[in-house]
Amino acid sequence: MSIILNGKIFNINCPVTIKDLLNSKGINIDRVAVEVNYQIILKQEWDNFLVNDNDQIEVLQFVGGG
Amino acid sequence: MKDRLVIGNVELSSRLFIGTGKFSNNAIIKDCIKSSGCSVVTVAVRRIDFETPEENMLQFIPSDCVVMPNTSGARNAIDAVRIARLAREAGCGNWIKIEVISDNRYLLPDNYETIKATEILAKEGFVVLPYMNPDLMVAKALMDVGAAAVMPLGAPIGTNRGLRTKEMIRILIEEIDLPIIVDAGIGRPSHAAEAMEMGAAAVLVNTAIATAHDPVAAALGFSFAVKAGRLSFIGGASKAELYAQASSPLEGFLDSLQ
Repeated sequence: MSIILNGKIFNINCPVTIKDLLNSKGINIDRVAVEVNYQIILKQEWDNFLVNDNDQIEVLQFVGGG
Repeated sequence: MKDRLVIGNVELSSRLFIGTGKFSNNAIIKDCIKSSGCSVVTVAVRRIDFETPEENMLQFIPSDCVVMPNTSGARNAIDAVRIARLAREAGCGNWIKIEVISDNRYLLPDNYETIKATEILAKEGFVVLPYMNPDLMVAKALMDVGAAAVMPLGAPIGTNRGLRTKEMIRILIEEIDLPIIVDAGIGRPSHAAEAMEMGAAAVLVNTAIATAHDPVAAALGFSFAVKAGRLSFIGGASKAELYAQASSPLEGFLDSLQ
């Protein structure tokens, strides 16, 4: 299936949870936020939340800003 | 002397807030925060670039600082609310600097969308500090909808032009019963001192420190200026006179020899 992750199309094997997806990217998931189709997914749901075909997923973190 | 600044139930130890954008490297941010003694630090929220991941800014901010994410990138109230909620979920508290900008040349804030976003987020329990174009009626509206402080611009973001809106800021300080924090345009410690002497509750500085030749020294300079300006405000400035007023007694002089 394909998803749009941070604005880019990715093909992934299903089933995959948000947690799996983040781990596969090798990032520190401590202080990030995740939105799927404009809905925030709480951290405690990442283990069970399954990604669906065509989902639009945003993963955000803090960067420098004024 | 007790001179407290409390925002969102947090007593702040410093009246200097620092932004973390535009630094040449992230490691220097930690040193600037330390040298400035600041207690509030702003950050932005952005998509992670999985191909070239950046370091998460939070690792450079000491745990005793309040982290205040901004909503930069928001062009309307809905965007700002979305970013604020994501920032809170990312896990650094409930402070938010509302920044709604659709003007690309001067980056001036949209006051009306800012009021809308402030109202929604204050109701959701955020400590909301809106960046705004100094206007008395807008500041009153922001107070009415639950802003924790009001942050008028001194000059457009990143211009270092000082307090170009000084008269309007003075009116806000006089009329609005909330902390007035001058944000944007402060380019030198003397600008910061000027704002504090007027009675501003605090100032937020980013570009002037981040792009200084020696950011750590600049941060220290701003911290002195903010303290000096605040003490000047508390001490009360003496009246200016046109003609000289002798400081030494005008009697008991020796007779002149000539």
